[in-house]
Amino acid sequence: MVATTEQIWKILEEVTDPEIPVLTIIDLGIVRDVKIDGEEIEVIITPTYSGCPAMNMIEVNIKAVLQEKGFHPIKVTTILSPAWTTDWLSEAGREKLTKYGIAPPVQGAYDKSALFSAERVVPCPHCNSSNTSMISLFGSTACKSLYKCNSCLEPFDYFKCH
Amino acid sequence: MNNNLLNYVLQISDNAMILGHRLSEWCGHGPILEQDIALTNIALDLIGQARSLYQYAATVDGQGKTEDDLAYLRIETKYKNVLLVEQPNGHFGSTIVRQFLFDAYHYAFYKALVNSADETLSAIAEKSLKEVTYHLRFSSEWMIRLGDGTEESHQKMQDALNSLWAFTGELFEMSDADTSALEAGYGVDLSSVKSFWDEKISEILKMATLEKPEEAWMQSGGKQGRHTEHLGYILTEMQYMQRTYPGQEW
Repeated sequence: MVATTEQIWKILEEVTDPEIPVLTIIDLGIVRDVKIDGEEIEVIITPTYSGCPAMNMIEVNIKAVLQEKGFHPIKVTTILSPAWTTDWLSEAGREKLTKYGIAPPVQGAYDKSALFSAERVVPCPHCNSSNTSMISLFGSTACKSLYKCNSCLEPFDYFKCH
Repeated sequence: MNNNLLNYVLQISDNAMILGHRLSEWCGHGPILEQDIALTNIALDLIGQARSLYQYAATVDGQGKTEDDLAYLRIETKYKNVLLVEQPNGHFGSTIVRQFLFDAYHYAFYKALVNSADETLSAIAEKSLKEVTYHLRFSSEWMIRLGDGTEESHQKMQDALNSLWAFTGELFEMSDADTSALEAGYGVDLSSVKSFWDEKISEILKMATLEKPEEAWMQSGGKQGRHTEHLGYILTEMQYMQRTYPGQEW
């Protein structure tokens, strides 16, 4: 079946991140390009982090959802450059994250090469207080840090700038 | 097959693989949950970087091998990692010292490798640099916290620093693979990495109230496959399944 690239992009919105199921791979900016050559569909993706264990599953899910719709053959290619950045996270994705209880990356990433640069204020996704503090730079997945809210006392994940 | 390029890629990937494996030994043993998670997050980044590099090495090798063959089926003398990364974890503080000494090198190394004439190496470096930036920040913070902590933590950090220092000279030693990579335009000049490293080490040690060890004899050999006794034990555990059940998959 011959497809249009618009059609494929639309279908790919059905594939979600296995670890943050409220986000689609389109929201995350993981899908970089879709190429169609006759019947063959090539989906080009990029990992968030080098060791992200979700990448293999995302690849399998991309193939599954397209095959279900009758497309064949499907090739998934992984590229590393340009390196993924949280700036590619969609506006819809940021809203979904907050609703899910994960603070979205604070935009306008500071110079990450500078050690100990002051952290931006990360508002609590539960009560919106800006009185929060970082517990650990590393959280439950590679893409998150662990924070706590000093107002409502709830701990929360922060999708860190990258 | 380009032997120089292959050896060069293996040097980089073996560092990431062995340090990643070492850190993974902390899983479930960290001093507190958050630091347990932090160390294993760093391990995951490093193993991820090693995977990208081994995949590339397998392509360069051109013998139909996979990333797994390179990680699980090479013997000790074929591993080209520096001796520093295979040193035992010791206590949390000594893991932090090892990590900091390596992170400062790793950061400057990848920063230079981004300019590699080899597109794949440049892409892997660009990706990894972002991750290593977090690693360096984490280990620097802990160097300061523990060095400038209690009398006991300070002493433990100083002792760890003194005993690991002999493995830092090798980081900047140009192997044949390093030299040919630099000449061919895809490698990194380790003397420029060393200037960044010297500066960073001095800066953080000062904040951590730790003494920089005096210039002394340096132990090397890892890049040539001559390892300390520790690597054999790491590989024994890491390769056990593939050696016992060749070709086994999950």
